[in-house]
Amino acid sequence: MEQILANGLYLGAQYALIALGLTLIFSLMNVLNFAHGQMYVFGGFVTYTVVAQWGLPFIVGLIASAVILAIMGALIEFLLFRPVIRKSKRDESTMLLAAGIAFFLDAVILLLFGEKQRGVPKIVNGIFNWDMRLIMPYDRILIGVLAIAMIAGFIALMQYTKAGRAMRALAQDRMAAQLMGVDVDRYSMIGFALGALLAGLVGGLLVTITGINLGMGGPTSVKAFIMIMIGGAGVISGAIAGGFILGMMESIGLTVLAVYGDITYLAIFASLMVFLALRPQGLMGKPWG
Amino acid sequence: MNKNLIGIAVFLLVVFVLVPLTINATGRWDLYYTLTSVALLAIGSAGVWLTFYIGRINIGQGAYALMGGYVSAILMTQVGISFWATLPLAGLFCAGIAVLIGLPILRLRGVYFAMITLVLTEVTRLAALALPITNGAKGITSIPLPGSLKLFGVTIIPDFATLESPKLAFYLLAISLMVLSYAVLWRIVNSRLGHLCRSLQQNEELAASIGVNTAYLRVLTYAISSFFGGLAGAVFVAISQSIYPSSFAVNDSVNFMLYCFVGGLGYVTGPMLGTFILYFGWDLLSVAKEYQLLIYSSLMIAMMLVLPNGVLSLFDRKGGKK
Repeated sequence: MEQILANGLYLGAQYALIALGLTLIFSLMNVLNFAHGQMYVFGGFVTYTVVAQWGLPFIVGLIASAVILAIMGALIEFLLFRPVIRKSKRDESTMLLAAGIAFFLDAVILLLFGEKQRGVPKIVNGIFNWDMRLIMPYDRILIGVLAIAMIAGFIALMQYTKAGRAMRALAQDRMAAQLMGVDVDRYSMIGFALGALLAGLVGGLLVTITGINLGMGGPTSVKAFIMIMIGGAGVISGAIAGGFILGMMESIGLTVLAVYGDITYLAIFASLMVFLALRPQGLMGKPWG
Repeated sequence: MNKNLIGIAVFLLVVFVLVPLTINATGRWDLYYTLTSVALLAIGSAGVWLTFYIGRINIGQGAYALMGGYVSAILMTQVGISFWATLPLAGLFCAGIAVLIGLPILRLRGVYFAMITLVLTEVTRLAALALPITNGAKGITSIPLPGSLKLFGVTIIPDFATLESPKLAFYLLAISLMVLSYAVLWRIVNSRLGHLCRSLQQNEELAASIGVNTAYLRVLTYAISSFFGGLAGAVFVAISQSIYPSSFAVNDSVNFMLYCFVGGLGYVTGPMLGTFILYFGWDLLSVAKEYQLLIYSSLMIAMMLVLPNGVLSLFDRKGGKK
């Protein structure tokens, strides 16, 4: 049991970090970022290149992932989403654009990094063993702790800095924020960059454990969507809750349902449908209208 | 109206007579496969377009195509039903599932609906991997070609295995189904049901308040949409004679949605045009080898920047200027 909970927490911390970026972008610009999974993969490959190929320390790789993805996110917002949002008749057009960007990033990753599965050497060795009841490699613990620290850092950023306040105001009411003198364009760009940065960081963290490959982008986006549906789209606390809940469900499902074959996600989806029938806006989302 | 009729006649003439003649003359038999795929994908996107018509973004068509394919494959290989009977059965199965799934999820709107349908695609793939009847990752292979279809002892469609060129037969089958699907779609849009759907697209609360049964309509249109998806999937299986859990994945679902967007959401023929442009474009770009996806996606992004409302929106602008 302890093992299941610990695995769930570890998975949940990473999932929450992915969902945070997605929900931040959604809340600021009403854009569903299909390319989020691809950004995550890109971040992983950047860390791989820096750490495994250039032989620099892991922390440098992580920072490189964050910086490169943040720049990429800012450029994508500035060059692509902003003009399209201004010109298009329907909100949904941004989805097409996001899907196009997802394909584009897939192509870029394929050309730059190839299609092979990549990983970096373990950053710390050894396994934590508590009486055979809880067994966990130290590097997983380190990554889990780092992920939780980053979530805490992100919350602090959103709560206590000027940029965070501006972004929260934007998420609440774009028009009102603009009238209060918030530079909407600027903070949209910062928000998008921050969301992409988070995706890159998770990629950098996870490349040390599960490795990374080209095909991981799409499924990661799908998982992120499940999380923000559980928690409610566009709500930060919801994304964190959704991430941890999905992590727990996956961890429990893999153990309990193992005898029936690989049906964890079928079960999660079925329960998600029941849940959404009762509460369409998710745990903490605002009802629409 | 008259102009429309001429347009339809020309279109039918081109797809049924001119295209086969040209292909015969030039010997580009591989084009049949491409065009067949375009026709089938267009059927699937017709369904997606219909869900757009009630104001829902459907990124789950791949799931229904996969389900339809599996239903057809399982019925043919394990029950021994003729391919022609499995076609409507696959569609009906998908429609039934769509009712079950649609009842809860159609209450969702906007990106929420889009997200859950996308999740549905991934879950269907995982289910196909896990369930025993689908034979897991190995998939179902060596599915027989469609047999002959007889009505009162008269052979209407000959056995595909005895034909000289099953490619042509499949092309004609797919095109006929596509024409039929779009006729149905056009009929739906221009009927009472279509008017009611438009009312849903514009304002669901308002429609409900003047007595439109929104819940019933939503489920009905979603079921019809999924019927199209299942149909397309079933024919795909017959052509490739095999199906795997990865036959239709998240990318295909997204593509179905893109076909609709590119063609434009305001026109019945939009998804057909969008499918043609994107699929053919993709095919033509195969000369670029490893840069294929890069060029394709760049063009798509560029198109979004220039024409964010779809290709057929070009006609809108002309109309606006007059």
